[in-house]
Amino acid sequence: MSTSARSQRSILPGFGLSLGFTLAYLGLIVLIPLSAAFIKTAGMSWADFVQAVASPRVLASYRLSFGASFAAGFINMVFGLIVAWVLVRYSFPGKKIVDALVDLPFALPTAVAGIALTAIYARNGLLGGLEPVWGGAVGWLDRYVPGIAWKEWLGVKIAFDRPGIFIALTFIGLPFVVRTLQPVLEELEPELEEASATLGASRWQTMRRVILPELFPAMITGFTLAFARALGEYGSVVFIAGNQPMHSEITPLLIITKLEQYDYKGATAIAVVLLIASFVLLLLINLLQKWSRRYHRI
Amino acid sequence: MSAAISHLKSSSATSTTSRATQDATWVRWTLTSVALLFLAFFLVLPLAAVFTEALRKGFGPFFGAFRDSDAIASIRLTLLTAAIAVPANVLFGVAAAWCIAKFNFSGKSILTTLIDLPFAVSPVISGLIYVLVFGLQGWLGQYQNAENPWFPWLQQWLVEQDFKIIFAVPGIVLATTFVTFPFVARELIPLMQSQGTDEEYAAVTLGANGWQTFWRVTVPNIKWGLFYGVILCNARAMGEFGAVSVVSGHIRGETNTMPLHVEILYNEYNFSAAFAVASLLAMLAIVTLVLKSFIEWRHAQSRLI
Repeated sequence: MSTSARSQRSILPGFGLSLGFTLAYLGLIVLIPLSAAFIKTAGMSWADFVQAVASPRVLASYRLSFGASFAAGFINMVFGLIVAWVLVRYSFPGKKIVDALVDLPFALPTAVAGIALTAIYARNGLLGGLEPVWGGAVGWLDRYVPGIAWKEWLGVKIAFDRPGIFIALTFIGLPFVVRTLQPVLEELEPELEEASATLGASRWQTMRRVILPELFPAMITGFTLAFARALGEYGSVVFIAGNQPMHSEITPLLIITKLEQYDYKGATAIAVVLLIASFVLLLLINLLQKWSRRYHRI
Repeated sequence: MSAAISHLKSSSATSTTSRATQDATWVRWTLTSVALLFLAFFLVLPLAAVFTEALRKGFGPFFGAFRDSDAIASIRLTLLTAAIAVPANVLFGVAAAWCIAKFNFSGKSILTTLIDLPFAVSPVISGLIYVLVFGLQGWLGQYQNAENPWFPWLQQWLVEQDFKIIFAVPGIVLATTFVTFPFVARELIPLMQSQGTDEEYAAVTLGANGWQTFWRVTVPNIKWGLFYGVILCNARAMGEFGAVSVVSGHIRGETNTMPLHVEILYNEYNFSAAFAVASLLAMLAIVTLVLKSFIEWRHAQSRLI
């Protein structure tokens, strides 16, 4: 971007009009409605607020939402790295189609993804046969590795239980890591790898000591983006989750449940907690991107 | 969440790697298989499931699902919603990109961050905040029932009109506008920033007025980026579920968009009809991906020249 000679008055017209419209539209559509959530919550007493955001059922939903989003983000980070690597470095027939397909979770409506995943993983679905396998594995853990409530943590079914939530959240977060890593991989200088190879490093050492550290900021950024998206996700999860209070009820669903019971204050208080978590993540993502940019200038 | 949706790529570097920096054949085969299997499980399978489930009972029930008047009403409402929300956000996106990319002012980076804000908000909360503003329990409802309103004539008018936003079409349009808010702006801002202002300055210096400069110089330069933003914005506008679900009220044939209609049919165990309507949305997703790839390809071509 050219920074030259724009400190003096621009000769281009339309600054006042475009900025005025931008601010008015931003205020009306985004800022005023968003502030309504905070104003509504500010009207609550502290005791009511704590009651609303820290009751056992709500705490259970935070644990589930944060835990499942973290797990889905992590799986996406690992497999996203492999997918991005394969798409940038290797060539195979149909690569362009595969590359385009990665964006499917952005383009496919979440409700459609939700019912499709449910149809696949339900007991009579295409992969319904996985359910007894999963149930057996969790049962085995429960029996031989005591001390952890495995059945509670991992669920005993796939659809209509916790694994289903994890699958749906993995689906919707899939593009983030791939799309953050691809440009970084493309710009990775081959000289670095060549130097490493010339100095006698094995391919694995080059990968671990040279390439992965370069990719690390982008991997974390992608993970955080996928995590943030998963935290608020609703459409793809409700169909497959089973939605049992205290066990498979995600936080966004709890907000809807409270709304349907006309508990507007309770719903808004939980929403504010979720909003603050999202804003912290947004801040983190901005810092991460600054970090990775600085990292790449060196 | 600035990397949320991939921008038109700015680099097209395809370097030829030497042997020392190539992976062994077995590594290549393993990684490619792992990547393709992962994508097959998580992307291809769900997409294929939509169509197989939709056609499970044959073409008769499939097309029958679209003869239902509620289904037709939901398609109409989805089109109407997108037809309002997308142009509104295009207008905003162009205005925001114009002032952010072509002028210098303080607070610019805050403004850019605020524009991205809706992407960080859960869809459910996007609906909730409009209920808080316009619902019966919300600000508008309180105003309608207030004892001593600031503007009695306005209160009376609102009550007489039976002015409803929540559980009605305006609420659906507003919530959709909120969730698709950043799409066009975030595509145009970096594009117009990278193009600078030289061409517009030249036009103005040669005597073009503001509109002429905009239509003849700026618009031709940004048309592909604009198209790209519109496509993504439209896909999300037609497919939004969570936010719309909160504000819609689920009145069949009146306030049901296509995704909500899918939900209702699904919850009634009318699976073939649910998947039939869902397959229409899946087709929209495929068209979106094809157009998106086409624009990226055009963009890469134009950079090579």
